[in-house]
Amino acid sequence: MNKSLTTPDLNMMTGAQMILRALKEHGVEVIFGYPGGAVLPIYDEIFQQNDIKHILVRHEQGAVHMAEGYARSTGKPGVVLVTSGPGATNAVTGLVDALMDSIPLIVISGQVPTFMIGTDGFQEADTVGITRPCTKHNWLVKDTADLATTIHKAFHVATTGRPGPVLIDVPKDVQFATALYSPLENLPTQRYAPKLAGDTEAIEAMVVFMETAERPVFYTGGGVINSGPKACALLRELVAETGFPITSTLMGLGAYPASGDAWLGMLGMHGLYEANLAMHGCDVMINIGARFDDRITGRIPDFSPFSKKIHVDIDASSINKVIPVEVPILGDVAHVLEQALTLWRARGSKVNRAGLAAWWAQINEWRAVKCLSYKPSAKTIKPQYALERLEALTKGKDRYITTEVGQHQMWAAQYLGFENPNRWMTSGGLGTMGYGLPASIGVQVAHPDALVINVAGEASWLMNMQEMGTAMQFRAPVKQFILNNERLGMVRQWQELLHGERYSQSWSESLPDFVKLAEAFGCKGIRCSEPALLDDAIQEMLDYDGPVIFDCLVEKHENCFPMIPSGKPHNEMLLGDADTQGVIGAKGAVLV
Amino acid sequence: MSALNISKGASSHSAYELRDSHSQTIESHTLAILVDNESGVLARVIGLFSGRGYNIESLTVAEVDHADHRSRITVVTTGTPAVIEQIKAQLGRIVPVHEVHDLTVEGPSVQRELALFKVVGKGDARIEALRLCEIFRANVVDSTLQSFVFELTGTPEKIDAFGDLMRPLGLRELARTGVAALARGA
Repeated sequence: MNKSLTTPDLNMMTGAQMILRALKEHGVEVIFGYPGGAVLPIYDEIFQQNDIKHILVRHEQGAVHMAEGYARSTGKPGVVLVTSGPGATNAVTGLVDALMDSIPLIVISGQVPTFMIGTDGFQEADTVGITRPCTKHNWLVKDTADLATTIHKAFHVATTGRPGPVLIDVPKDVQFATALYSPLENLPTQRYAPKLAGDTEAIEAMVVFMETAERPVFYTGGGVINSGPKACALLRELVAETGFPITSTLMGLGAYPASGDAWLGMLGMHGLYEANLAMHGCDVMINIGARFDDRITGRIPDFSPFSKKIHVDIDASSINKVIPVEVPILGDVAHVLEQALTLWRARGSKVNRAGLAAWWAQINEWRAVKCLSYKPSAKTIKPQYALERLEALTKGKDRYITTEVGQHQMWAAQYLGFENPNRWMTSGGLGTMGYGLPASIGVQVAHPDALVINVAGEASWLMNMQEMGTAMQFRAPVKQFILNNERLGMVRQWQELLHGERYSQSWSESLPDFVKLAEAFGCKGIRCSEPALLDDAIQEMLDYDGPVIFDCLVEKHENCFPMIPSGKPHNEMLLGDADTQGVIGAKGAVLV
Repeated sequence: MSALNISKGASSHSAYELRDSHSQTIESHTLAILVDNESGVLARVIGLFSGRGYNIESLTVAEVDHADHRSRITVVTTGTPAVIEQIKAQLGRIVPVHEVHDLTVEGPSVQRELALFKVVGKGDARIEALRLCEIFRANVVDSTLQSFVFELTGTPEKIDAFGDLMRPLGLRELARTGVAALARGA
């Protein structure tokens, strides 16, 4: 029945209809979700339309990670729909993950009807209470008349300023009730509008430092990518014209191309030797959209002790939170970089050439250490070798990489090169094992023809392996490249270095046969354990038209280096197993 | 210009309020937070304090603009200068928070708290309690032959002082509203 025949005003509709209408108005193409009692009216509306695609997941956590993968690979917000109670609580890990990594998400959850809230009804949970510290903002909508406006506000909040996840909790009676739809154009100007342009005096201070610095370094982060393609383009111009070296956090990989001359590689706990020593020895540090995370700083009092620091961030609470800086610049990366470039060019594009030449000579000495070298083996596949081969065989392809969390994640960051932003999706802040498989599906949904590879460890991968069903159902040809060491590799590494080689619960017992598992899901399984056969096996994975589970049996006891042990400064890095004897004291051991 | 000598703005949302962040002195600050009076806003604010390990010494909240649904939350908090700056920045990024004012640094302010004291006693103690009540300009808002309830308005220090005096005289119960504060002048 056409409901418009029964209501004279086309804008009169049910809450469930409003949700679909509002999502369409915001250009949403896909929803990741799972139905349940409290969202049945919304699913009924999804059934009766063809504009928005629904990806049925196997677990709500998977839905949120898929939406994260979608959002990070497109720059658009991801949309999730879950039911009340367990549907919402299962989404919590994904919400915190998105909050920590500043990923814009709109999560709509069903709720018991308003008149039952507070009665411990079936599948009732205090969703807005539980998710309050897990979201950028959240709403419980109690009146259908407010629903459309709330959705418009939700998109505004999620995508404005520092992006983040928002949640809208919609009781079932609000979905059924009828009210007037308020279109986006009727939304009043929102007060929430973080400042985009940087303070002129601060920009000038930054330019003065750029002109005089002897040993400068750009330290960039996920904020550059979140700011958008323009920010990345401006960053590349700035680096090219100044000739300053640049390093990046895990979250910022791809903003500056890995093939670029000024690229030092990733910094931090498992960052490159030259990147960390440049951070330690610099006299001017220009932080663009990074937040001095503890994985980056190491021991705070010894962090880059000789430098003046400039920090560009859109979030005032990130500035001076951990590391006090001399020049705080509150604003959006693209705006600030444009201001800084314009001013620096207008003043004659000056740099300290003599200082810079000496600085590069020093950096090239550090580079010559070749910190990523490892002991090759003809018998077993070294995980580093597996990634080098993956890199070589996918070079030049428009390739999207997701990861799980652990050693494989760090090796992927070290050995794979990212030429463009939005091609690297990894759980940075929260470190969520089980992120990579669903995220790879979300990326593939956004880019159906692209090559999408999830670099995984076998333990992380098992955490959300049910989502292979989703990949099969929606024909998402994601490649699951599992570096299988039958260990929780990073836990094992820490136990070796910090806990007297007592490997408590850190091995993967009773693993499934991944090839048979692939067959059970109906996709392709490949196993490889010999270095000589690896290239052909990887090529077979790349050539297969459909999802692949690749069980790459690697060296079981390989440690991830370089490593800055907990509680140590950047200039006390470990470069290999020989360096590790007694390096971490009791104080370092309490740190994560 | 010296690159180090950049101006420090006065806006509460500014990141430029860079006071000596290395100081480890614990300071007490009174913050006035203007928020949309929407569901859960108080939980958001106090959840920030508990979640990030900040202190709340005193908390007062009520709607102050009915037409605009605006509430004013007054928080007295303690921390090092860096922590205080971080608290203000964290409060500033809560979506329904409109303004954050640090009344301790933004100029002189008046701070007042209201308290009710129930004092139970007989004979000389009862007479002494009533005499002190007059000295402190407290009001008697309830009396029986065994008890008084005194109402006192003043700074938290004055309330503390009166409480200390009432304790040996039979102080049975004490209720305090927490601090309400406004900047002095126009």
